Amino acid sequence: MATVAGSLERQAAGRGLSLVAAAGWIALAAGLLALPHLLSISQREVAVMLLVNVLLVASYRLITLTGEWSLGHVVTMGVGAYGSALLASLAGFPVVLAMLGGALIAGFVAWLLSFPLFRMKGFYFLIGSFAAAEVIRLCWKKFTVPFGGPKGLSQVPELPPLDLGALTGWLSLQLGEPGAGGHSGAYFLGLLPVHEDLVIRFSKPLFTANYYYFCLLVVAVSLWLLWRIERSRIGMTFHAIHWQDSLAASVGVNTRGYRTLALVVGSVFAGLAGALMAHGVGSVAPGRFDVTQMVYVLIWVIVGGTATFAGPIVGVVVLTVLNEVVLRELGIDALRPAVYGAILIVSVLFLPQGLEGLWRGRRNRPAKRRST
Amino acid sequence: MELATLLQTALNALYASSYMALVAVGLVLIFGVMRIVNFAHGELYMLGAFTVYAVAVEWQGPFLLGVALAVVLVAAVGLVMERGLFRPMRTNPLGGLILSIGVLLILQALAVERFGIRAKDLPPVIDGGITFGTGVQLAWERVLVIVVSAAVLVLLYLFLRYTRIGWALRACAQDAEAAQLQGISINRTAQIAVGLGAALAGIAGALMAMNVPIEPYMGHSIIVAAFIVIIVGGIGSLEGAVVAAGLYAFVDTFVTTYTDGTVADIVGLLLMLLVLVVKPTGLFGTRERA
Repeated sequence: MATVAGSLERQAAGRGLSLVAAAGWIALAAGLLALPHLLSISQREVAVMLLVNVLLVASYRLITLTGEWSLGHVVTMGVGAYGSALLASLAGFPVVLAMLGGALIAGFVAWLLSFPLFRMKGFYFLIGSFAAAEVIRLCWKKFTVPFGGPKGLSQVPELPPLDLGALTGWLSLQLGEPGAGGHSGAYFLGLLPVHEDLVIRFSKPLFTANYYYFCLLVVAVSLWLLWRIERSRIGMTFHAIHWQDSLAASVGVNTRGYRTLALVVGSVFAGLAGALMAHGVGSVAPGRFDVTQMVYVLIWVIVGGTATFAGPIVGVVVLTVLNEVVLRELGIDALRPAVYGAILIVSVLFLPQGLEGLWRGRRNRPAKRRST
Repeated sequence: MELATLLQTALNALYASSYMALVAVGLVLIFGVMRIVNFAHGELYMLGAFTVYAVAVEWQGPFLLGVALAVVLVAAVGLVMERGLFRPMRTNPLGGLILSIGVLLILQALAVERFGIRAKDLPPVIDGGITFGTGVQLAWERVLVIVVSAAVLVLLYLFLRYTRIGWALRACAQDAEAAQLQGISINRTAQIAVGLGAALAGIAGALMAMNVPIEPYMGHSIIVAAFIVIIVGGIGSLEGAVVAAGLYAFVDTFVTTYTDGTVADIVGLLLMLLVLVVKPTGLFGTRERA
């Protein structure tokens, strides 16, 4: 009863706040669109990586919904990165298709791994997923053909330029200039810098601003999909499996099947994040996907809090900003991991709900997560 | 395959299994009482090695003093971890595991800050070695690792078997609640278990300082090996850890000798996965009670 009352209360509060919420969303969108114009080139690259990591942690949360914590998620991202890079460079796929292909390969590999891994639970699943992922990563390191060995793949194809020539007539209206054929410094829809010939380029000089918008679009759509999945009947079933797996099984829920589904869907989006990274950075190497990276994903997710959709995203954004702004300014490079470690310890001991639990307040706090 | 190479590889494997057993047994001791897998165990090992380096090279002190100090210091770090981190997480093993990852990051970063990332070597502690027949030899420094490890493990066995504290430890590992009902203090026992487990990692690191380059990330490979060992041996089983350390060290050393290190890593991880899939309780483990 208490939870029903709580959710009704939240709904009512939601309606009351809808104007504020809408204003908040608009402000957020405006901020995200304006962001690359406020940043230096190197900060734009950080912003692109932040978008990639937001997708990574959001997809990780989908897997943790069913109660299993994987240590293989970063390698899954790597499968998407390698898959997409190889599809584009060896098989000659157009980059956008290669990205989707890489994501699907990541999902397929996760499906294959689900057979041995879902025989395990809790700590065993954690360590098993580490072992399986590390084997994949060591294979990238071991086999120079086709994975490039320890140095990995370089010269991963970039997104091809997007030719807006066909849209010229329509575009001229948007640009507010007649015959938008040959002026420099124009902005598509007021945002994307467009070259004289009305082509949006994703190559290096303009890479970061335009590629940022591309990633923003992909990540926004992916987050919306992940959100819809979590709110759907399937997502509710994931929650049910996490809290009461025997009960769920006893009313006819195929818990193993749903766990696999969560793992595969989460892995597809992790693979997509990897593909975005590969074609943005232009190279893929096994060192980018080692267990240290996985530890950072865990820290982002745990410090942010896993109870809600926004938690891990808050975690990765806050810690990245902290890392780039505060720690970089302090100039204590060697001690940065120690700061992360201390933040992790403090948040596990004193903020079991994560950062996100801070402003959700005491009243709406959900029942304590069952310890596994 | 030449006989000499075979013998040499077998000796190397014996040496590798001895210090791996120390690290893995420490991990199992902590797990047994706390039900927490200590991810920072490799960093305790690293701390032991750096303590010896600081004493023997920076302060020009005797090697044995370095070893003694390493054991005390690492055990102290273990006690602090138990009191400050593991005790509040006793009902939440995953929380304890995550806290130990935080400790791992802190210890690593402190080591980088204090000693730099360049690998360090200890000047030879003992020169020479034993030679068996043609070309098969074992450096005294490695013999020392084997002998001390074996002695420590025997002492630990006697301690667990024949002292009241040892009984208390085993009782807590079997069933903490029942042990508590018998009047055994869980907190005190946990302190002893974690202190001992950490001290074992400290001894292993101190001894290995003679034989391997000392660097802040040296804990990584040993912790992966130790996880493989405790899973193969059956998590929570001390005998299993010792036997599995031998098994894994032999497989790893032979595969490394005849192919290369990356393949050996892959084989080790596949071995662990195989055990996890086929017999998750390991060679010697008993089924966890729900």
